[in-house]
Amino acid sequence: MSDKKHREMTSGNFAFAEAMRQINPDVVAAYPITPSTDIPVKFAEFVANGKVDSEYVAVESEHSAITACVGASVAGARVMTASSANGVALMHEVFPIAAAFRAPIVFGLVNRCLGAPVNIHCDHSDSMPERDSGWIQIYCEDAQEVYDTVLLAVRLAEDKDVLTPVFVCQDGFITSHCYEAVEILADETVKKFVGERQAQYPLLDVDHPVSYGSFTMSEYYFEIKRNQMQGMYNVPEVYTRLENELAKETGRKYGMIESYRTEDADYVIVIMSSATGVVKDVVDEMREDGIKAGCIRVRFFRPFPREELVRLVTGKRGVAVLDRCSSIGGTSPLAAEVKAALYGLPQRVPVQEYVFGLGGRDFYPRDAEKVFTRMADGDYSFEPRFIGLLEKEKKVDDNGWN
Amino acid sequence: MSKPQTWQDVPLGTVAFGASALKVETGLWRSIRPIIDLKKCVSCLRCWVQCPDMSIMVDENNKVTGVNTFFCKGCGICAHLCPVKAISMHPESEFIGENADHGEDPGEVGAHVR
Repeated sequence: MSDKKHREMTSGNFAFAEAMRQINPDVVAAYPITPSTDIPVKFAEFVANGKVDSEYVAVESEHSAITACVGASVAGARVMTASSANGVALMHEVFPIAAAFRAPIVFGLVNRCLGAPVNIHCDHSDSMPERDSGWIQIYCEDAQEVYDTVLLAVRLAEDKDVLTPVFVCQDGFITSHCYEAVEILADETVKKFVGERQAQYPLLDVDHPVSYGSFTMSEYYFEIKRNQMQGMYNVPEVYTRLENELAKETGRKYGMIESYRTEDADYVIVIMSSATGVVKDVVDEMREDGIKAGCIRVRFFRPFPREELVRLVTGKRGVAVLDRCSSIGGTSPLAAEVKAALYGLPQRVPVQEYVFGLGGRDFYPRDAEKVFTRMADGDYSFEPRFIGLLEKEKKVDDNGWN
Repeated sequence: MSKPQTWQDVPLGTVAFGASALKVETGLWRSIRPIIDLKKCVSCLRCWVQCPDMSIMVDENNKVTGVNTFFCKGCGICAHLCPVKAISMHPESEFIGENADHGEDPGEVGAHVR
């Protein structure tokens, strides 16, 4: 119980579970996997102790978990679940179906690298392959942001102009398991904010029967996809409205993209999730050394906040994109988005792609420092660079290839 | 309801509104057809219960009257479970020239694969 707004020491996972308790979803179907295990485990405890009215469906695999979620969601229920890594990958087949059914599921995705080799630590190789599954993707920096974002995600997903499922992502172990002070709202405040789901075409409304997912050939498949795109395009306006509403209770706003000291910056690092704090610290230090550094944190990866990014980066002398995910044989996901967004600029801004933190490899202030100094030295390459990788030194040739 | 002309008119979420399957002539998929010998039939309704396409027709007294060939896919479950062996399955080629007012002549189905 949370009678009034208070602060407590908790983790990203437990903050997510606490938000779930307050939201009291109709159905949760989950198959626990590290590092998101705490979420369904804690929630199952709430169910067992009568703290929520939810139907908790214990299933035999992640594929079954998300399938049960889709069924419950189109039936008209408010549905939540959580997973990580290979569990997310096993669900892959069902994600585009959930999105096309406009099933507003809220999903706690605790980022963990995809095996093999088996590794439980953080990178974004589990969520990034889902970027084209039609789900909204929000990446949180800390546990407070996770808590606030879950509340927002419920309203955002269910909004009639959006009706799209949401991944609320947080970095495995770094955010999910570290304890920090989190402000928890009163149960009553959350209940009022999230309200009840008003499903448009609930499958259980037998007086108005509908079918979901009927065979649809080339005559309308394309139009259904275009309709999904519109749901995504409507996110910025709806999200801004919801965030303003919740901020009256919390005093906190995150936006779809966060900028730190970018206004007068020459050199900017673009990054996501928990590693942002390190970069912000280094930005302050670089400025003491006379390098005008700045940091942009991409919070929404889908829909990608292209216009805001372009506005923030226009006129800068250099941009370094730090991806916690690689696209083997291609451009890393965040770098690809940033480069695509900046292509339309009349004045080209050089962009350097970096890959860092794969499989939980640590990211240090000295790494961010080096990224800034290389930009200030005009040292760019057409190829990705790797932070913290054990590798032989390479020379940069005249064409800028390292 | 007329067919949507633009993506804005297509219903959300892949939704199809109720009873749309009534318009789909699944009978066109059939290669063998059940024929019920109504003299043998005792109207136990096992076929009516088990038919996956609700194709067994009954009258107001729950007496079996025949098969709805617009929907019947010819799976043969009815013939298999009939306790008095009143139902037999016949290839569609036996019905060539049958006067059907919808779909294609069932007797011509085989023409596509020759």
